[in-house]
Amino acid sequence: MIPLSWYLLVAALLFSIGLYGVMVRRNAVAILMSVELMLNAVNINLIAFWRYGSVLSPAADTPTTGWAWAIFVLTVAAAEAAVGLALIISVYRRRDSVIAEELDLLKN
Amino acid sequence: MTLEQVIFILVSLLTLGTGIVVVTNRNLFHAALAMMASFLGVAGLYILLDAGFLAAAQLLVYIGAISILIIFAIMLTRRMMQAREAAFNSQSGLGLITAVATFALLAAVIGQFWWGVDAFSGRPDVPDTVLQNTVTALGKAFVSPEAYVVPFIVASVLLLAALIGAIYVAWPTEYAEDEA
Repeated sequence: MIPLSWYLLVAALLFSIGLYGVMVRRNAVAILMSVELMLNAVNINLIAFWRYGSVLSPAADTPTTGWAWAIFVLTVAAAEAAVGLALIISVYRRRDSVIAEELDLLKN
Repeated sequence: MTLEQVIFILVSLLTLGTGIVVVTNRNLFHAALAMMASFLGVAGLYILLDAGFLAAAQLLVYIGAISILIIFAIMLTRRMMQAREAAFNSQSGLGLITAVATFALLAAVIGQFWWGVDAFSGRPDVPDTVLQNTVTALGKAFVSPEAYVVPFIVASVLLLAALIGAIYVAWPTEYAEDEA
């Protein structure tokens, strides 16, 4: 039997790893990959609470709340990856760089 | 320690270990491959949580689509393949402190509220029929006016708009060709 807190701790660790990547990576694609890790951590939490929570009791009408949210997160992650990578490729064409620090067009 | 717990620990180590490789590896291509392994570990966690359909969706959407998209982006921007430049910015120390502090906060909350609480510490026994009916119930909930039909349509429109926008943004323009 696995306690719920184990899943929550793994998800918190994965979220923190992704957060670290978002803050310290210079490459825009690496930042996007770290964001995907954070979204996965959120999904682990949603599914763990769905499985352990009272929503799944046989008396409940729709034991699908956690799944529905996880699938919406999946959809938004796909949209975010598509738009983010398109932006990165567009920026690379114009500025010849994908380093986040060098994109300072709006500075000053 | 039961077999289930051993499997959980192995899958978690795969997920977290490859996650660390994703954020620290200087070679972006290797980081992308590690990210696919991390997604595989998350799919394993879904299976341990009796969510097989979501594990399959995870394999299809994340490993099958998003990872390939990211690898294409890495290969389309040639300088990213080389590990010549520094991987981290000048604030990596502060970033590490912030990440560790965030995890400490989350772990404290988890330890306070969900460590050994009866209602949550054990997995509720659910009959197999309820688990097997979840996909059916989810499909009905997505088209039911009382459940998720509006978010479902909004998500469809969001995906369509995002893909059209992605094509528009990434389309080569005269301006880009002149600059190149």
